[in-house]
Amino acid sequence: MAVVTYIESIRDTLAQEMRRDESIVVLGEDVGKKGGVFLATDGLYDEFGGDRVLDTPLSESMIVGVSIGAAVAGMRPVPEIQFADFIFPAFNQILSEAARMRYRSNGAFSVPMTLRSPYGGGVHGALYHSQSVEAFFAHIPGLKVVIPSTPYDARGLLRSAIRDDDPVLFFEHKKMYRSVRGEVPDSEYTVPLGSAKVTREGSDVTVIGYGLMAHYALEAADLLEGEGVSVEVVDLRTLRPLDGETVLRSVRKTGKAVIVYEDNRFGGFGAEISAILAEEAFDHLDGPIVRVTGPDVPGVPYNHVLEDWFMPSPDRIADAVRRLAAY
Amino acid sequence: MATRTPTKPDSQGQSSDKGQFGADLGLSRDDLIEMYKLMAITRAVDERMWILNRAGKIPFVISGQGHEGAQVGLAYPLRKGHDWMVPYYRSVASLITFGMSPREIMLAQFARGVDPSSGGRQMPGHYGIKDRNILSVSSPVATQLLHATGIAWAAKLRKTEQVVITYIGEGSSNQGDFHEGLNFAGIHKLPVIYVVENNGYAISVPMALQSAVEDIAVRAAGYAMPGVIVDGSDVLACYRAGRDAIDRARAGEGPTLIEAKVSRLTAHSSDDQHTKYRSAEELEAEKGKDPLPLFRDQLREAGFLDEAGEADLLTESRKVVEDATDWAESQPDPDPATAQRHVYGTEPPARMDDPLWSGARFIGDGGPFGVLGGGEE
Repeated sequence: MAVVTYIESIRDTLAQEMRRDESIVVLGEDVGKKGGVFLATDGLYDEFGGDRVLDTPLSESMIVGVSIGAAVAGMRPVPEIQFADFIFPAFNQILSEAARMRYRSNGAFSVPMTLRSPYGGGVHGALYHSQSVEAFFAHIPGLKVVIPSTPYDARGLLRSAIRDDDPVLFFEHKKMYRSVRGEVPDSEYTVPLGSAKVTREGSDVTVIGYGLMAHYALEAADLLEGEGVSVEVVDLRTLRPLDGETVLRSVRKTGKAVIVYEDNRFGGFGAEISAILAEEAFDHLDGPIVRVTGPDVPGVPYNHVLEDWFMPSPDRIADAVRRLAAY
Repeated sequence: MATRTPTKPDSQGQSSDKGQFGADLGLSRDDLIEMYKLMAITRAVDERMWILNRAGKIPFVISGQGHEGAQVGLAYPLRKGHDWMVPYYRSVASLITFGMSPREIMLAQFARGVDPSSGGRQMPGHYGIKDRNILSVSSPVATQLLHATGIAWAAKLRKTEQVVITYIGEGSSNQGDFHEGLNFAGIHKLPVIYVVENNGYAISVPMALQSAVEDIAVRAAGYAMPGVIVDGSDVLACYRAGRDAIDRARAGEGPTLIEAKVSRLTAHSSDDQHTKYRSAEELEAEKGKDPLPLFRDQLREAGFLDEAGEADLLTESRKVVEDATDWAESQPDPDPATAQRHVYGTEPPARMDDPLWSGARFIGDGGPFGVLGGGEE
């Protein structure tokens, strides 16, 4: 079994899927000859040519709107938005059009589109190259939102996303592109959308995260092991549809939940998890639901001291778990 | 290649000699009568919508009166069932020309369950039918222009020889999506026709406050495509402009921006009072640009339409509207138990295990899996 980086897994999966299905096209800014600013599409232009790997103008609304049109006409576009921070000019197309096409046409039209975009901080990207944008999109019925944290999941989930008949937003944490490696089998496996994974079993506290935070949760669990605190970690993998069952099963077992997300605290995706736990696991809770999140400032500041201040870390997660375990 | 100054095709050169009207465009008497009929039926349908609204039977009307000549002329040369149409909310004449029936238009007004546009989910005016390549549209304006561009891109990649036509008002031409779409289509010479139906108003905002240039068509120069201005009350001039643009698109020569100068004979919608911002003189003058009587007079002059023929047409269009209205009104409302369908292709919304979705508290019929699992039409 090959060991690859997160970004290699994504790149290879795109190539494999494009070989399998001629209706798949990749489009975005710099995705062609350059292979993307992070090189996530490197080599695709050489293999599949400029028609299927298209460099677009700097027009995010167009990238998504044209993908929607191509999708209703039978293609499977995989647009890339270069940074999640720049997705907002396309927000109207994603929200008003892609998400609502099936519902508003009473099932007649669908938009099989997988929109990929790097997100997240911790890479000296400051306010406009660090944002976590998943909460905006996970809020919208009609969209699916996927955030894989391992090369294995990235491959299995990207396959499922591309083969899905609904619009999927596929967010990739840019800090993980080259720092996360893992085994990926050669087989044609998929990871279904809407399935979370218990990545570490434990009995005292459940830590729920996704993306980079799923790794930080595991690191925090390692830190706490020597202190006799047994941590269970749930990696959500898909935010919508959400695998509430796996989350609830874990929290009903441990009775304590820490939710970790990098986004601003107020109204972030973890707030929905918190509400679900309060509504449906209340009788099993043995302490308050705790969130470890980014602070409520309008962006990740640039200076490394300020950035460290912003980012949730394994230490911060461990602190929260420690306090909750002692509750 | 591209015409960088807007051109103004008109029906000059159209012989008004008896029997020759339309001949140089290859249009037969039957074609012309058919075009007139499409306009007359659309007008009758439109007028009926207002009556139904005033009678309290439908809550909302958005109208295309004054736009019919441009719409029928431009859409008539399309290949039904092969090409694509991405309409906007005033497109009834375009849609009827492209194969949507008055019954289907009326179903949208009554928002009935069998309404093919949306099953009663959208406001009237948001049409779309998959089996006729008419894409469903939303209410935010100019967004659909990018979808038309994407369909045209797919057509080019797949060499289907399909042409896409899309429509917006001049107000929508000020949206960013207009620029982004035309730029992309210009770069790739896509088989798409952008029609701007310029009626001079974005609801109440007049052209002078909408655009720094008098003619939207001049913007085509920025995208290396021809910009064509056409008099929307001149049906055959519109036909010529539509045919030329469709031929160019099908031949792989790229997109065209067509600006049809039309009149808006009604208020923006049933919720608008246009006498508040338009003078009585202006409204009276607009009537002189109504394409329906103008085209009728041309047909009379050409000897294609006599009083008896006209009376027959009038009777027929009334009959069509009566039938469409009565039939659509008699169809049942959608079943609320279906309102959670079609959020996704296969899965329930939000959560696979949502108790509100699968349990007794679910709003509707007490269980979506019953709804989703069986009984799909």
